[in-house]
Amino acid sequence: MPQIVVENLCKTFRVAERDPGFWGAIRGLASRRYRDVEAVRGISFSLDEGELVGYIGPNGAGKSTTVKILSGILVPDSGKCEVLGVTPWRNRTHYVGKIGVVFGQRTQLWWDLPVVESLELLRDIYRVPNDQYQRTRDELVAMLDLAPLLDVPVRQLSLGQRMRCDLAGSLLHQPRILFLDEPTIGLDAVSKLALRDFVKRLNRERGVTVILTTHDMDDIEALCSRVILIGRGEILSDGPLELLRRRVANERRLIIDLEDEAQQIEDEDAEILSRDRARVCLKFDPTRISTADLISRVTSRYAVRDLFVENPPIEEIVAQLYQEAQV
Amino acid sequence: MQDTLALYFRLVSVCLRSKMQYRASFVLLSAGQFFSLALEFLAIWALFARFGSLKGWSLAEIGLFYGVTHGSFAVAEVIGRGFDTFSDMIKSGDFDRFLLRPRGTVLQVAGREFDGRLGRLAQSAVVFAWAIKSLPIAWDAGKVALLGAMFIGGVCLFYGLFVLQATMSFWTIETLEIMNAVTYGGTETGQYPLTIYKPWFRSIFTFVIPLACVNYLPAGLLFGHSAVSSMGTALLAISPVAGLLFLGLSLLSWQYGVKRYCSTGS
Amino acid sequence: MKSYLAILSARFRVLLQYRMAAAAGFGTQLFWGLIRMMIFQAFYDSSSAAQPISRADVVTYIWLGQALLGFLPWNLDSDIRAMVRNGTVAYELLRPVDLYGAWYMRALAQRTAPTILRAIPLLLVAGLFFGMRPPANAHDLVCWIVTTLGAIAFSCAFTTLMNVTLVVTVSGEGVARFMPPLVYTLSGMLIPISLLPAWLIPIVNILPFRALVDTPFRAYLGQLPDREFAFALAHQLVWTIVCVIAGRAMLTRSVRRMVIQGG
Repeated sequence: MPQIVVENLCKTFRVAERDPGFWGAIRGLASRRYRDVEAVRGISFSLDEGELVGYIGPNGAGKSTTVKILSGILVPDSGKCEVLGVTPWRNRTHYVGKIGVVFGQRTQLWWDLPVVESLELLRDIYRVPNDQYQRTRDELVAMLDLAPLLDVPVRQLSLGQRMRCDLAGSLLHQPRILFLDEPTIGLDAVSKLALRDFVKRLNRERGVTVILTTHDMDDIEALCSRVILIGRGEILSDGPLELLRRRVANERRLIIDLEDEAQQIEDEDAEILSRDRARVCLKFDPTRISTADLISRVTSRYAVRDLFVENPPIEEIVAQLYQEAQV
Repeated sequence: MQDTLALYFRLVSVCLRSKMQYRASFVLLSAGQFFSLALEFLAIWALFARFGSLKGWSLAEIGLFYGVTHGSFAVAEVIGRGFDTFSDMIKSGDFDRFLLRPRGTVLQVAGREFDGRLGRLAQSAVVFAWAIKSLPIAWDAGKVALLGAMFIGGVCLFYGLFVLQATMSFWTIETLEIMNAVTYGGTETGQYPLTIYKPWFRSIFTFVIPLACVNYLPAGLLFGHSAVSSMGTALLAISPVAGLLFLGLSLLSWQYGVKRYCSTGS
Repeated sequence: MKSYLAILSARFRVLLQYRMAAAAGFGTQLFWGLIRMMIFQAFYDSSSAAQPISRADVVTYIWLGQALLGFLPWNLDSDIRAMVRNGTVAYELLRPVDLYGAWYMRALAQRTAPTILRAIPLLLVAGLFFGMRPPANAHDLVCWIVTTLGAIAFSCAFTTLMNVTLVVTVSGEGVARFMPPLVYTLSGMLIPISLLPAWLIPIVNILPFRALVDTPFRAYLGQLPDREFAFALAHQLVWTIVCVIAGRAMLTRSVRRMVIQGG
């Protein structure tokens, strides 16, 4: 029994068009011109309980619209949506008490107060019984290492610390589903790792379903077993990360650092993508020539100081899929 | 219901505690407010000194109108600040967070801000106290209750205006200064008895924004002025209820606004 | 000179862009003008005694006031205020330009641009519908324009002085809170000076604020005798010079202190 079911969801926004300049503004007062923007065009998918899904796509693809619909704060034009057995926007106050949402750049904590007071306020807002609150809070404090932060006013926290506190705040009421919207944006490397670690534990140990919206492909690679790619309001890909990679023409990158900056190199099975002094980025198809063969050929022909093999960045894959989707 | 009220007071106390951290600027702002309003009342006093009366009304009677109107506006301004500054929330997109909590939006918006500047409240209290002392009214339980009803009706009316103003931000983000004109202008209007205004102006403030119902009409009962007693005592006595009704209507329009926000997005 | 004009025109243009705000403010001020007009008329109807200003002239006075409200030094420069708040004012103070002059130009733009936007429609509506009258003759018109220019010059000097105090002293915020209502009252905007109690008027006469509103308006209404006109101009000039000197002195001292302390 899937926990989240989305069927043929559609949402179109009317955006008012204004001519620039002074006379445009005046004319705008008299007659408004509208443009229809189809944010979501027939999206369908379903998630089981305990899945950790990455929801990716270019800006304006419809990610945040979908998340808003799933979290019950936006009503779609048509289509069916059932989460935890109910339609999210039908009975808002009843539904939102069962989910948690964390926005990357915006905190839901009270700015001037110590963290612990924000948590207590959230307890009251979500009507969590005090004994349950204390247990959950203690667990979260231990898992997220918040003990030294509890008495610090939120405005004095660093972004990474605030993010951890926001996570705790969003889980106090023990939601079964957690929406994370760009949680690692702006975080330093250490905080990112800590956050990913926590989300993984939350999902594995507590079985919390997590829907992660992000631009950071490292997040996806670290966490998500399943990736849904959305572009121009439609789902372009839905499946494991490998599926995404394989949908694009097989491609690997070989990056070599030459001993001699001036050395010209070429290879019959590889294409030079870019060159920055001694560093050359080669693109090749691993089904045509195996990685090992290419490496041995290049290193035997040229003096190579260092090398590494990479998958093409997900952004490029996404862009390519997106282009494919344009009819 | 109890739980809702309890949460409201908790949110308010949180606001106050945050504000207390900026104590010095508070006192300054309140003092500035008091000073500014005191000067305005002094101007009224100066005009009375020169002209003797205002269409048959004495300074003390005006003082009563002033005290009740400004006082109820001051209270509404303090407790309604959440709605007053609501358009900031829409602009920043923070309203979505309120929708994601399992609580009503009115409760959360009402409790999100609390204006601690007490200058206006203090100044209107001073004027009110002086007016009460100077007026030759025989006070009894009924009259005091009426005064209370005028005050509460006024608070509801002005609070309703703030809610309306906030509701408008669901439709347009442009600051609708015209609403400010109505709230602050309404206060300025209400500090005088409506008889001094032109008839068309009077009707707006009786039927569209029932300012008259919460101060001028019931005040007629206090003063026993002939202009008003033709309306019947009972009707006059309950006219402050118009303020409550107005607030109810504003809250209904708010709910409509929230629904619209949820279907059109931000 | 060219650089001053450049600052002025740049700031002017920026402020003119707040057209939406101007449009909204028009409605508010129309409303306020109406209320005040009705209140004053009601007062006048309550007494048959002769008054220093006639009922008809008070109407013109009120609408002039609503239209030209922006000329009053009632607000400080929001950009400078923001600079103080986030600490970048140090950069501004250490710039190798005539800072006082630059700030004066900013004040000039701030006083004139938004006002002109609002004044024209307001004066039109008031003149057509609410009984506001134009100056009776060319003499009144010229006297009005000259005293208004003097008023603007003083207003900008005073605004700049307040901006400087905001930056230089700790109590700047206090000044910013208490000065505007005081200026508003003592200028004649709240109530025509001639309608104030007689014992108050000599005090108001010494202070510079009357020159901001009451004097130009009386010139407009033809109530400013020539001798008073000359005196009023001199009065405006003296106070303007005082404010400019004080402002420049405070600013120079503060910059010098900052340079010594290393910013």
